[in-house]
This record gives sequence, structure tokens and C-alpha cells, in this order.
Amino acid sequence: MRPTTEADLSDMVRAASGPLRIRGGGTRNLGMPGTAEVLETTGLQGISLYEPGALTLVAAAGTPLGDVESALAAENQRLPFEPMDMRALLGTEGTPTVGGMVAANASGPRRVIVGACRDSLIGVRFVDGQGRIVKNGGRVMKNVTGYDLVKLMAGSWGTLGVLSECSFKLLPVPEVQATLVSAEMTPDAAVACMSAALGTPYEVNAAARDTAGRVCLRIEGFAEQIAHRRAALAEVLGGDWEVLEGDESAALWRSIRDVTAFAGQSGDVWRLSVAPSEAPELVAKIGGPVQMDWGGGLIWALVPDSTDLRAQVGPISGHATLIRGSEATRARLPVFQPESGPIAALSQGLRAKFDPRGVLNPGLMG
Amino acid sequence: MDMPIPNAAIMSKRDRVIARLADLLPSEALISDEAERRAYECDALTAYRCLPLAVVLPDSTEQVAAIMKVCHEEAVPVVPRGSGTSLAGGALPTEDSIILGVARLREVMEVSYPNRTIRVQSGITNLAVTGEVEGDGFFYAPDPSSQLACAIAGNIAMNSGGAHCLKYGVTTNNLLGVTLVTMDGTVLEIGGTHLDAAGYDLLALICGSEGQLGIVTEATLRILPKPEGARPVLMGFDSNEVAGACVSDIIKAGVLPVAIEFMDRPCIRATEDFAHAGYPDCEALLIVEVEGSDAEIDEQLGLIKQIAHRHNPVELRESQSDEESKKIWLGRKSAFGAMGQIADYMCLDGTIPVSSLPYVLKRIGEMSEEFGLGVANVFHAGDGNMHPLILYDANKPGDLELCEAFGAEILKLCVEVGGCLTGEHGVGIEKRDLMNVQFAPDDLDAQMAVKDVFDPQWLLNPAKVFPLEASAARRAA
Repeated sequence: MRPTTEADLSDMVRAASGPLRIRGGGTRNLGMPGTAEVLETTGLQGISLYEPGALTLVAAAGTPLGDVESALAAENQRLPFEPMDMRALLGTEGTPTVGGMVAANASGPRRVIVGACRDSLIGVRFVDGQGRIVKNGGRVMKNVTGYDLVKLMAGSWGTLGVLSECSFKLLPVPEVQATLVSAEMTPDAAVACMSAALGTPYEVNAAARDTAGRVCLRIEGFAEQIAHRRAALAEVLGGDWEVLEGDESAALWRSIRDVTAFAGQSGDVWRLSVAPSEAPELVAKIGGPVQMDWGGGLIWALVPDSTDLRAQVGPISGHATLIRGSEATRARLPVFQPESGPIAALSQGLRAKFDPRGVLNPGLMG
Repeated sequence: MDMPIPNAAIMSKRDRVIARLADLLPSEALISDEAERRAYECDALTAYRCLPLAVVLPDSTEQVAAIMKVCHEEAVPVVPRGSGTSLAGGALPTEDSIILGVARLREVMEVSYPNRTIRVQSGITNLAVTGEVEGDGFFYAPDPSSQLACAIAGNIAMNSGGAHCLKYGVTTNNLLGVTLVTMDGTVLEIGGTHLDAAGYDLLALICGSEGQLGIVTEATLRILPKPEGARPVLMGFDSNEVAGACVSDIIKAGVLPVAIEFMDRPCIRATEDFAHAGYPDCEALLIVEVEGSDAEIDEQLGLIKQIAHRHNPVELRESQSDEESKKIWLGRKSAFGAMGQIADYMCLDGTIPVSSLPYVLKRIGEMSEEFGLGVANVFHAGDGNMHPLILYDANKPGDLELCEAFGAEILKLCVEVGGCLTGEHGVGIEKRDLMNVQFAPDDLDAQMAVKDVFDPQWLLNPAKVFPLEASAARRAA
């Protein structure tokens, strides 16, 4: 099924008699148990509003992300949160869509400072599990009118509603960027260094430790500003830093954003969201190759097939998501960290309200 | 403005409910005497007052949970209260409700510079959070005007903003975790020190839910390193249109100021008479502030001034010292006080797309003449969040009603041009009955479904946010 209007989408969901697999470009497929009819949103296309002077853009959910990025680039603006492209890591093909990005709350290295996709998302329209068209938020960046279903939809992976339209807050693209790259550091030293860097006033907007153990710190701004911050940062942190500029810096961060180090490598890939201070201990428990981002708050781990990483690392204050798993792993372990007790009851309660018939991506999020 | 008729069954068992609460709490944490309850009859929306059944002031999450269990068993509505600074009536009691105040929950639990977080009890004031970390070069970014008094609990309930959110976002963008007590007394930990939700983004639902989903007793907040410095520039223009165009051009040029504040002529005049900030005599005034080192500020302000010159400003004054910066901000910060000297006023809070600014200001001017009430505009121009102040005379019969009718027309105008009813103050009771202007029945139903999940009996702050007729069936069930 491929609706071309929101009204069509509503009719199709209302008429559905069994489970639906909601799909944008199909590039972020984490695997969903069972069989279901595919409902594809790529027929809902187009940027309906772009006001550079107001830093806002509204696009239909099936709009290719690339179209949005081109339109923004022409005005020297961008989506602030640096959404990950999952194709290389997951080995998927197709064209990422705006709706898929939002459903996954896809957020890259800059998330640590400017927030996630959910923080830049200012409005949504969606069709709930009964086919009702619902809008929430709008096209202005300050809006506390009623409950915030906008952020609820971000990261709900199509299980509470099928997105039809998304509105975003944008940022200007700074004049230049530069990245300071260190020699190899232990996880302990790396997290301490990244924390120190993020605690300076120099507006480091990405802090990662790559799979080779090098700490990478990005700054962006006007040319003179970056010259000042680069020197100031190196002085505060001490040690020797290699500096990447322009395209070289951009390429490095694309690779960190998309976790290309684990693309094509055999094994399962997990993503852990944790307090940076807990990261070094976790990395030790994981034992294998890791990439740290968000100053240590995000750990990507490559582990042998069928490893139950949640069991291996024990209780953590954050959570672990199985991003890429073999069929055997998928059959055994849920993609999302299982919830328990009253939190699970709330999630279940929300699903029951927004999709009482259980037709939207059933089984994907518990 | 209507409130539901108090539930007679609850009123008649008042003594029993108070006795049960007295069993749980030390005497200083329970207020039942009428004179003392009087202090809780309203918040900063003082036009509406009502005495609650009783007031409880617990000092621990456990006490909150115990109170909630009793209220749940007795089916008594609970109205949460931070510091009572809501301009929307968010903490207005009903006669059959218990006010649960968090004012005694004021502890700082943990500060972590490695994680750039602070864990606090929710009764602590907004400014005290920054106070706790500023000695180490950090601050908490959301800065509502009431930050000296307002509690973090209220900031979370209303998703408070401030003057600097163009760069730093509002409360929801700076909140990482909460301890939440639901209506039945269950204590939940939502979020934590990590950045992303494990499953559904429940934290986003709680932030801005106006105390209708649970009582937040503790919160983990993001703290940020203080910028090296900040400096404002003041610009005067001879029309609102030109000032609006200048804002848009600054944003398009790729500069991201931390604040762009806008004042119109009536507001400039009133603040000048009151605070003597040395503002120029002009139609529209902008205060634009940027951050960074001295050299960085020079570079950014240089660009901003270049853009401003293209719009023929009648005045362009860059601060040369801390003293001057303070003076430039003085007028803006005393705007509300200045208006209060002239007349009673109602402060609105709609947001509009920045591009509609000139049109909306023109329409407000026309409506001001139609209603025969003065209005002054001061607002956060970078994000389109307007604060029209409508002047009226509280002692003149019918003036408040006229003022409210005028306010409603302005908010409808905000929605009509693609904006919203409230940018940072919340809906409360003030904008409750206008929600139908912005939302269709299905939109409201989806929001109310969330409350059904957290508070199936609709006991928490029940008569707020949603139009009474829209929520009637749920509240009665």
C-alpha cells in the first residue's frame, strides 16, 4: 500500500484488517517479528513550507531526506541534529525519508549539544491506529499549547501513528569547521578529555572516540572564532592535537555519524545510551571494538553474533538497543531494552490508546 | 471563565480526608486553617481565586506518594503547585481539591561536571540551580523572567522558556530525567543521566503537561559551561516592519544570537519613563545579544550592525562596558514593572511565525482601537514568542472582561497566521477554552488519551488545559 494523500493514508489504516509494517525508505529496518502488509509513506511528498528567515521547514513524511537537505543547503542552513544514514551499517538500500528519520529519532554527533531529532521537531501530523488524523505542535519553535505529542512520535518507530507531515526548527551552517584529533587514548582518558572539552566555553559540538581510540573534537563558527577556539581548546586540554579542516573534518564526522567502522564487519551491532561517567566501565565489560560518541554518552559496540550484550554488561542506568542483529539474535533478543513494571504499563497503555487494534508495527517496541 | 461545580461528596468528607493526611504528615506540612489556606487561593493570574480544601507541603518523595495514595483512595482532586508564579492559572485550586506544594523539596542531590548534569528536588528555584554551579563556570539555561522565584517543578510542568531559548532551547530540551509520583502513589524513574529515551519519550509527555500526569519530585537537568562573555547591541527603527525585516535578515545571515528582544513604541515609552534606560524615541527597538570571547563578539556584532545599517536604524548602540550592557537590558527587564505603574495589565503569550510579525502588530494596533484598550508589545522576536500587554482598569466594571475578550482575539490571530496560543506560559485555565481554536476534536482527544493512561480518574489538576466540555465525560467518569 502506498497512499499519496493523508486522507488515503487515513482510509488505508482504518481499513486494515491485520498488522501493517510502516515503511518510509526502508533504510532503517531494525527487523520486526511476524509478517505484515507493507504500508509505504513515500507517496506523501513535498516541502510545503520553508522560511529561511524563521528557521523553519515543513515537509511531508515521505519526502526524501536528500531533497530537504538540498533545499536547506541552498540557503546555507541545515537540520541541527545531524541525522545518521543507516544504509552502510545495516546494508540497506533505498532513500531515507523525513518520516523514517523522525520515527527513529535519528540523531548524530551534534546531538550532544544541540539536542536530538526530537528537540528540533516542532510539529507533526499523523494517522493513529484507528485512522484518525491528528496534529500536534505546529510551525513555530516556541509552543507549549497542550501536551507534547511531537516528541512522543519521535522515536516511536511507527507504533503509535503513521507520520504524514513533520515540521523542523533549523540552524544556519557555520562558516567553517575544524576537528582536533588526538593520539590513541584509553576509554578512561578519552571520556575525561571529552568531558573537559565539553565543559569549556568553546562550544565543542561533537566529541567522539573512534574505533582506533582517537579522541575527535569538533568546533564550528566564523573563521576567526574557530582560530581562537582551536588554540584555546588545545591549550586547556594539553597534549598534541592534529587539526582537520573543511571537507576532511566533515568526512570524519560523517563516518562517525554513520558508524562506518562497523559496516560490512561480521557480528551484531548494539547502541548503548548511558551516562558518560559510566562509559569506561561499560567499554571494559563489552570487551570488543567500540565507538564512543556524545562525549561517552553513546557507545556503539560490535560483538559476535548472538551475544546477549544486555546480560553481559549487567544492569546499566541507560539502555541498549540491538541495531543490527543476525536472525538468530533477533529471534532471541528484543531490539529495544525491555521495560518493566509501571513504565511498561504506561507504554502499553499509550499503545492501547493510539493503536487499540494493534495494527501499527506490532511487536517492534514490546 | 467557569470552573466545575465542586463535588459535594468530597466537600462533605473534608474532615476525614484531612484527618487521614494528618496521620501521614508532620503538623507543619498540612494547612487546613482558612487564613493560612488563603495564601494558596491563586497563583500569578490573580484575577481568579478559590480556597482549596487543604494544602500539603511534603518534604520527601515518600510523603508525596503517601499523600497521593490517600487522595486516590478518597478520589480527591490534587492541584500541584511549585512557587505559584503561573500566569495561566496552572496552580489555581478548586474548592474540592488539595493543593500539593513542593516548596519544601529543595535539596540539591548531585552535581556531575563530567556528565554536565545536576540532580535536584523539584521545589528548588530556577535561579538557585544556576547558583549551585556558577562558581564552577556552569549555568542552567532556561531563564523565565520569574527565575528568582519560580520552582523547577513549575518549569517542568509548563515547559518554561525564557529570553535565551533561541540558542539554548526551553525546559524540555534541558531535562534528562525525573522522579514522578503518579496519582495512585506509584513512584517512577523516567530518563536519567543518559540522553535518549529507552522506549517512548515519556519525559517529553511529562514536561509541559501542566501537572496533569504526575507530581515531579526530583529532576536531572543539563547544565552548560558559561560563555566567555556576552554583549548586547540596541537598535531603533522607525517602523515595526523594518525591525521585523532586520530580525529575519540577521537570522538568514547565519548569526545565531542568544537573544533578540523586540519592544514597540508604547512599551519603549513606558519603560523609559520608569527605568530611564536611555532608549531612543522610535517605533520599534531591538536588543540583540551575542556570546563568546571579545574578538568573537566583535566579529558577530560587526556583521549584525552591517545588516542593521541596511535598514536605516534611527539608533544603533553597541554596549562598550558591563555597565552599558546592564543599562540596555534594564529597560527590557523592567518592561512588565513599568506597565504595571501605568495600569493593570494582562500579559499574553502567543507565538507567531516571525514572517507574520508586521501584519500581526498592525492588526493588534487596529484591535486596540476597536476595544478601546491600550496594548504594548514586548517579545522574543527570534522565535516569534509575543507578549502583548493589554492595559485595563481592574476597578472599572466590565474592563477585565473586555480585556479578556481582546486577549482572546489576539490569540486567535496568532493561530490564524500559523502560530499558537501559548509559547511558554502554558494553557492553564487562561487559554483552556480557546484550545478548540487551535485543535480539532481528534487532536484534543489524542492528548486527553495520554492523561487517561497516567491518571485514569482525572484527579490531577483536572479542570485545566482542555475545554471543560471536551473533558467533561472523562472528569465525570
